[in-house]
Amino acid sequence: MTWRTGCVMWAHKRQKGIFLLLLLAILTLLGGVAEAALPTDEGKADVWRIITLQSYNSRLVTLSTALLGVTSGLVGVFLLLRKRSLMGDALSHATYPGIGLAFLIMTCLGGEGKWLPGLLLGASITGVVGVILVSAIRHTTLLKDDAAMGIILGVFFGAGAAIMKMVSNLPGADAAGMDGFVYGTAASLIFGDFVLILAVTAFVCGAAILLIKEFTLVCFDESFAISQGWPALRLDLIMLALVTAVTVVGLQAVGLVLIIAFLIIPAAAARFWTHKLHVMLWLAASIGGASGWLGSSLSSLLVDLPTGAVIVLVAATIFMLSMLFGFARGILPRAVRQTRLRRKVGKQHLLRAIYEILERDQPDTAEPVSNLPIDLELLALHRSWSSAELQRLLRRARGEDHLEDELPGKVRLSESGFGEAARVTRNHRLWELYLIRYADIAPSHVDRDADLVEHVLDADIVRQLELELRGQPVRVFVPPSPHLINQPSG
Amino acid sequence: MGFNWDSLDTWTVVIAGLSAVAAALPGCFLVLRRMSMMGDAISHAILPGIAMGFLLTHTRITAVMFIGAACAGLLTAAFTQCVSKYGKVDRGAAMGIVFTTLFAIGLILIRQSAQHVELDPACVLYGALEYSVIDTWQIGGAEIPRAVVSIGSVMCINIILIMFLYKELTVSSFDPALADTLGISSGIMHYVLMIMVAVTTVAAFEALGSIIVIAMLVVPPATALLLTRRLSFMLILSAGIGMLSAFLGHLGAVAVPPALGFQPTVSSGMMAVAAGVLFVCAWFFSPSQGLLIRLGENRRQLSSLSGEGS
Repeated sequence: MTWRTGCVMWAHKRQKGIFLLLLLAILTLLGGVAEAALPTDEGKADVWRIITLQSYNSRLVTLSTALLGVTSGLVGVFLLLRKRSLMGDALSHATYPGIGLAFLIMTCLGGEGKWLPGLLLGASITGVVGVILVSAIRHTTLLKDDAAMGIILGVFFGAGAAIMKMVSNLPGADAAGMDGFVYGTAASLIFGDFVLILAVTAFVCGAAILLIKEFTLVCFDESFAISQGWPALRLDLIMLALVTAVTVVGLQAVGLVLIIAFLIIPAAAARFWTHKLHVMLWLAASIGGASGWLGSSLSSLLVDLPTGAVIVLVAATIFMLSMLFGFARGILPRAVRQTRLRRKVGKQHLLRAIYEILERDQPDTAEPVSNLPIDLELLALHRSWSSAELQRLLRRARGEDHLEDELPGKVRLSESGFGEAARVTRNHRLWELYLIRYADIAPSHVDRDADLVEHVLDADIVRQLELELRGQPVRVFVPPSPHLINQPSG
Repeated sequence: MGFNWDSLDTWTVVIAGLSAVAAALPGCFLVLRRMSMMGDAISHAILPGIAMGFLLTHTRITAVMFIGAACAGLLTAAFTQCVSKYGKVDRGAAMGIVFTTLFAIGLILIRQSAQHVELDPACVLYGALEYSVIDTWQIGGAEIPRAVVSIGSVMCINIILIMFLYKELTVSSFDPALADTLGISSGIMHYVLMIMVAVTTVAAFEALGSIIVIAMLVVPPATALLLTRRLSFMLILSAGIGMLSAFLGHLGAVAVPPALGFQPTVSSGMMAVAAGVLFVCAWFFSPSQGLLIRLGENRRQLSSLSGEGS
């Protein structure tokens, strides 16, 4: 076994480990940059104090944004799986007129216009109305999801802007700070706000966890859910109501525009790491929480930076790393898997081609096929390989010790290569026979069809095939090809 | 009602109407391509483009802003494409990720530059229709608001582009695969449309605010789509609806709040509301697909069925 083969095999076993290491390296690098940016020891002490919540000023903000991140990460997963990520966008804009109307009504009734629960109630009401209208437009017109969301978003926000302007001109009303709902005023969170956020996020998390089975069903197979008697529409509305609740309390902390990011980014980032829903929920919640925590800590260190924006950038960084390195769907692991599969397929094609040529050259079926050197030209013709392609395949096969040392213009399998070639050919033939017998595929067409699957046959399936196809005329242990091998298409 | 219509009101309606037409034309193709939310994404994402242009040149020259916005628009479209293609993320989610990130970058850039200049994020969102009317140029002895010139020229460019690329845009909107086999690159058409949207947005956002641009991009075309099934009619109709909502919106902004005992409000917000009202009218009363017509048809069919049954 050469050094390269060893590496490949090690990588095969340790793929996750490698990517984790790479990720760690990048994070350390980022950490180093951040550390270099902070000049003094005092600065470092500050970082530690803020991240570990010892600084009173930032404690509330950090905890609130982390809570919001956890909750919106959780509900965002369902939105993402339902392909409704932008619903959060439409919804958060639809809350705007509610805030203005609530302010207007409360002021006209002679109360304090900026009474928070009242404002949030107004926001929830118009948010829910917006969601219902989106679904009404989608169901009763020929317009699609996107247009329905765009209409609601634009019209409601316009109405909100108009109402806000009326409000700010209102004599005797103090509307200052009302536009904090657009950009977020995390820095001015007070203890009461924190309690509200805690209560709402606890409620939403609880509800989402209780309804996890129902939501999963609706997300993955809506029509099945309906046919089983589940109220899919009502479940959908409950899901969106939970999103509304998160959005409305999140408005204050990270702002109308950036709560959207909280609903989408953690869930999308988590999707790269796993194919399992419960793992994805955990991950999305942690990513949301971590970006809220880190982002608000960072923004209280770097004065002048808006909290919401920093949080979004932290989340976006996590998203980018996940997109590159995520085990399940990340770009690099996927590329590695694809390359590996392509190499495996190439290797198996080469070995089978050699075996088939050997078999053709020794027509006596009573004798076992023996391993002789064959012409490279013959081999290239067999699968119409270009010479560069063939050279690459041969080099790789030599690296895995499947070929003997080079003879000029000839190639010969090694002992292990010959065994592997027989095995590969046998799998191919078994699968072909199976397809001919049970899938009614014509013998002249079966070659290509078998090609699609044979490379991923595992030992179990091969054993089953053997049982199914017992009693075939067998030459040693490789059954004969059911079709002519040197067809021109070969 | 107690208000006087003067030349300022006329100019307001002209600016608003021009922006509405300029936005509605590319908007038709956005709605047909099921990419309405792209308008939203781009109108948020131009923020860093404008901020960068501003930071690099330290001027508020319109050309710089247009270039910055067009670049940002292109970047949004390209990043969205990348994330959804290579990351296999749902298109809507990819859009949301890209535009929120760009918007956050834009906010930070603006906050960094806010020390030396006033570039108010609130102005980006809401616009200042009332001020753009006063900001005038002397052209041929007449005072014409600067915004009329900039938005008017963008509208003309949009009309000309759509007239020249009508066939290409149509084919690539309805059947991208067919477009590619005919030798029309649907990819290039996609980016042409995105640049159109970005430039229109930046032209209109000074006057209308970026959020209201979304309403003008989506609502008039959607309304037109409920009234006709032919693209050429849809384009003309959506332009007309856009202009009508500009007029009604301004009228509503000036006339409605005083009637209720408030000060006049922003015309841009009321424009979106007016467009929404027109949409609801079409939704209920459209002669071909309106709710009422369909309800009547259902009832007639039901009664004829039960008549046959008895």
